[in-house]
Amino acid sequence: MARYDRAITVFSPDGHLFQVEYALEAVRKGNAAVGVRGTDNVVLGVEKKSTAKLQDSRSVRKIVNLDDHIALACAGLKADARVLINRARVECQSHRLTVEDPCTVEYITRHIAGLQQKYTQSGAWKANATGRNSNSIREFLEKNFKETSGQETVKLAIRALLEVVESGGKNIEVAVMTKQHGLRQLEEAEIDAIVAEIEAEKAAAEAAKKAPPKDT
Amino acid sequence: MECVFGLVGNDFAIVVADSSAVHSILVHKSNEDKIMFLDSHKLIAASGEPGDRVQFTEYVQKNVALYQFRNGIPLTTAAAANFTRGELATALRKNPYSVNILLAGYDKEIGPSLYYIDYIATLHKLEKGAFGYGSYFSLSMMDRHFHSGMSVEEAIDLVDKCINEIRLRLVVAPPNFVIKIVDKDGAREYAWRESVKDTPAPSAE
Repeated sequence: MARYDRAITVFSPDGHLFQVEYALEAVRKGNAAVGVRGTDNVVLGVEKKSTAKLQDSRSVRKIVNLDDHIALACAGLKADARVLINRARVECQSHRLTVEDPCTVEYITRHIAGLQQKYTQSGAWKANATGRNSNSIREFLEKNFKETSGQETVKLAIRALLEVVESGGKNIEVAVMTKQHGLRQLEEAEIDAIVAEIEAEKAAAEAAKKAPPKDT
Repeated sequence: MECVFGLVGNDFAIVVADSSAVHSILVHKSNEDKIMFLDSHKLIAASGEPGDRVQFTEYVQKNVALYQFRNGIPLTTAAAANFTRGELATALRKNPYSVNILLAGYDKEIGPSLYYIDYIATLHKLEKGAFGYGSYFSLSMMDRHFHSGMSVEEAIDLVDKCINEIRLRLVVAPPNFVIKIVDKDGAREYAWRESVKDTPAPSAE
């Protein structure tokens, strides 16, 4: 399996996130949980695994209160669930404290989902693209990404953009975040200069390919 | 000026607070409820800087609620009082809350209890206690007339004696008071003692 199943955000060569799939599997193997909404009530039910003889069955709870008006049923790893439940309960009280209202079911659901998302998907990307043609940019980045610093990084970003964008400072907006200067928006002229530099480099590379190799 | 006092009777505890919101020499309102429900069987009456009072009592209330959700059982009154004292003590050396607190509660095994907690994190379990300018009169009154195991009628009678004395002797006496009670059936509002009503604002059409 070679390490693909260790880090939660590393894809295996065939495109699987193993940890996420393990989690899904754990939930599938876990107890069944069901919820039904009526017109004036909601019913939650969970399957209870038989407890050990000396264990107090009341200490294993799979339906719990998050707030006076919100209950939660869980399937999957109990330990993980307890962490989420704890965080959600704190959030419920915190919500009341800040806005003097109990939180809505939707609010707390999104909050929990946010926590779950954070733990499965928040891996740091070295480079990524989104939006139209993001696939070709990502392909480009996967081929050309190097650990660079300063102006080189800006250049790589613009080169990636140029894969799918008309060249020129008019069509590109660039902002650079650094520790020292915070966020800085690049001027059009600056971008034009970099674009020109890139074009020159490309042309040179092109020429070098076409021209017969010098006698070396 | 502020008057908060309370006493423990036979199987119940009562807390009383004035209901004036005062700033400098101005009275902004006279129906401000300064006694909050901590949970079903606890009352927290607070006096002090109004902002701190609300911020701190709400914070304690939410933490008591969180404890109950996490553990499935409520805090005892003693535990809640010690938690409150702890929070005031930590705040004291950083950013003190200017609040004095009377915490009354009823626990099944223990019965009613009253805790005195001041802003410098003093904690005392008492049968009768008071804060503010009103304490000069309510404490004397309770010293004279309080005895343990009072009935609700006796206690309310004593409370009224205290309120009357405050109104009679204190230059800056607040007009209105709220009385709350906690016993085996829970915490609830008992009565108001009002000598002025807030004039309702004329309705805009």
